[in-house]
Amino acid sequence: MSDFVHGFWSLYISIITIAGFIGLFILLLSQNKVKKAAGEQVKTMGHVWDGNLEEYNNPLPRWWMGLFLLTLVFGVVYLVLYPGLGSYKGVYGWSSSKAYEDEVKVADQQTAPLFAKYRAMPVEQLAKDPAAQQMGQRLFLTYCAQCHGSDARGAKGFPNLRDNDWLWGGEAKTIEETILHGRPPMDQDGKQEAVMRMPAWGQSLGDEKIKDVANYVVSLSRPAEADASRAARGKDVYNQNCAACHAANGKGTQAMGAPNLTDNTWLYGYKMEDIVLSITNGRGGLMPAQEKLLGKDKVHLLAAYVYGLPKDQ
Amino acid sequence: MTQSFKNIPIKTQPAPPLDDQDELYEVRKKIHPRAISGLFATWRWIAVWVTQLVFYGLPWLSWEGRPAVLFDLDARKFYIFDLIFWPQDFIYLALLLMLCAFGLFWWTAIAGRLWCGYACPQTVYTSIFLWIEAKVEGNHLARQKLDAAPMSGRKLRLRATKHAIWIAFSLWTGFTFVSYFTPLTDLFRESRHGGLGPWELFWICFYGFATYGNAGFLREQVCKYMCPYARFQGVMFDRDTLIISYDTERGEPRGGRKKSANPQELGLGSCVDCSICVQVCPTGIDIRNGLQSECIGCAACIDACDQVMEKMNYPKGLIRYTTENALEHRYAEDRFLSHILRPRIIIYTVILAVLVTSMVWTLATRNPLKVDVVRDRNALVRETVFGQENAYTLNLINTDDHEHLLMIKTEALPQAELLSDQALPVRVAAGSTQRLTLRVRTKGTLAQGSNPLIFVVQAVDQPTMQRREKTSFQAAR
Repeated sequence: MSDFVHGFWSLYISIITIAGFIGLFILLLSQNKVKKAAGEQVKTMGHVWDGNLEEYNNPLPRWWMGLFLLTLVFGVVYLVLYPGLGSYKGVYGWSSSKAYEDEVKVADQQTAPLFAKYRAMPVEQLAKDPAAQQMGQRLFLTYCAQCHGSDARGAKGFPNLRDNDWLWGGEAKTIEETILHGRPPMDQDGKQEAVMRMPAWGQSLGDEKIKDVANYVVSLSRPAEADASRAARGKDVYNQNCAACHAANGKGTQAMGAPNLTDNTWLYGYKMEDIVLSITNGRGGLMPAQEKLLGKDKVHLLAAYVYGLPKDQ
Repeated sequence: MTQSFKNIPIKTQPAPPLDDQDELYEVRKKIHPRAISGLFATWRWIAVWVTQLVFYGLPWLSWEGRPAVLFDLDARKFYIFDLIFWPQDFIYLALLLMLCAFGLFWWTAIAGRLWCGYACPQTVYTSIFLWIEAKVEGNHLARQKLDAAPMSGRKLRLRATKHAIWIAFSLWTGFTFVSYFTPLTDLFRESRHGGLGPWELFWICFYGFATYGNAGFLREQVCKYMCPYARFQGVMFDRDTLIISYDTERGEPRGGRKKSANPQELGLGSCVDCSICVQVCPTGIDIRNGLQSECIGCAACIDACDQVMEKMNYPKGLIRYTTENALEHRYAEDRFLSHILRPRIIIYTVILAVLVTSMVWTLATRNPLKVDVVRDRNALVRETVFGQENAYTLNLINTDDHEHLLMIKTEALPQAELLSDQALPVRVAAGSTQRLTLRVRTKGTLAQGSNPLIFVVQAVDQPTMQRREKTSFQAAR
């Protein structure tokens, strides 16, 4: 209730609430007595059903009024202790976000010994621990599945984690670093080194050369699908422009996150038109760093989960 | 004429004093109903015994190494003898509640407030509490006297004894209530070590307090002011519903007389105006004023009046179960049964029959296998060199008490190839859930967008245990 833009609304709420309390209390007391002439019977409400069924204005039981007064008292105490009157914070200073933080603190304390045990174990060993893998799976489904899919097989633009093909390297340590600092990695100040992306070649190469080099790239893994003469011409273009990152043999360089072009794994699509598009416009994926959000302990478990995933081939 | 008016002595009525006012809120007058025995009182005590034996007895029964009836909220499983209910079986609770509601409508239309008078917990616990009260403080007259008496050592002792027994009984009731959710043996062990959980302790105290307050103090006020059934049961009555009624024609004019006197000579009806029917009424009404909304149909006045009639050598049944139409001589009293089948009852009976049959049928043919298919929404579709892929998560829930081997296949999509992360058929232990990640891969062209796909899950050892779950396969353009 402290988010009111203008103080007026806080006052507006408070006045309505307090006036409601006072008004109800006065109404209850003022209506307590019924004025009746001597000997007069209880009046009906004037409603008649089925010819003779009448509604009488009989008195309510006393305990009913008692309960009503009790709810008023409860309400007053509540409004003193808890926020309910505009921007008034209440004696306890309770807030939903604070309650959440307290619960998180308690949960962290409870799970701390468990994480401490796992922190001491190397990723390779954790990957064989079923309990740790189960925890890792839950973390993965919460924090990673949005991009990499529930089964960790990724999607277009988001790497498959269950093949044996790694953009940045698949050793336990590399995986943990990838999750901690993101890819391209972030420095200490949380800034991403933006240089590591596939540049766009559309301007400098032109359509024809791009088609040539695309055919060459396809020929590396699927020679039958490539146009042989274009591929032959494309080889020169490749050696001049692409080999620096993807290596002369097309196997890529993991230090730069440059993918292997000779296998069947295609992050941005395997079809000729997808490849042409990648070369023309360039590509720049971004794996966000998780260290600040999740902390080292959870990332350790996640790395073990990803490392321990059974691979497809 | 004008002259004579002047001589009429006109007395002016003094205006009512201004303070002639009624309080809008009524102080409760405590009712000490007179204890009664008789046919209907016996039926009520039978109802008390049966309901309480069931309530206090069930938690003690064991069944295959667990409590026979246990609502395990932690594990989200409800055990009732051989039946195990899962959250997915919630529909049965809805069916059960509908059964209860229509059952109530049905017998209310036939015989009025049977539930209130005989089996309602409010009546049952009030009866028990009244019985305790009578044992400690004496009959209704002694209790009235004790109420009026100033505080004394004796009064204090009696009151303390009564409340101690009430509270002990209430706490035991609360304890029993909680033992439907936590096994009795656990509760005993925990309470012996002084380690009852906070929620268990809360519910024992809360339920105990509710029993103490409702049966000890609120009593008829619950029926009169709080109970929703008391408010709407009137619309279920008609002129052929059995009600408890005083036969005005036979009873009036009422008046006292000697046993030897002939009432006809005195110009009196059968009612001796002994007011015992009023004294025994737990809600404090006079049935001779006709049918009232406060009447809970407990028939205590019938038992009381019949005893008096017997003593007077009059025929019984001055107050009796009868119908309005019978009272008005539209048909003979013993022809009541021929008026039971009226449209309202027939409709209720049909609905009840349909509900009971569907409940029994669905329970008998319950499939212990439950399957949830979740299509992966994170990655809509994957295009690989090998074909297009969709990922699925299957939650296989085996609610049976045996392990099962489950085979999985797909239908409706001819090109589909099923790829599983785990070996198939998959083994699912008794009463457990198994999560399975699956991929469906298609080769060739598919209609762009959503294609229907069916997962068929079948137990290898029991082909009747089969589920067909519809989902979709998303194809890229």
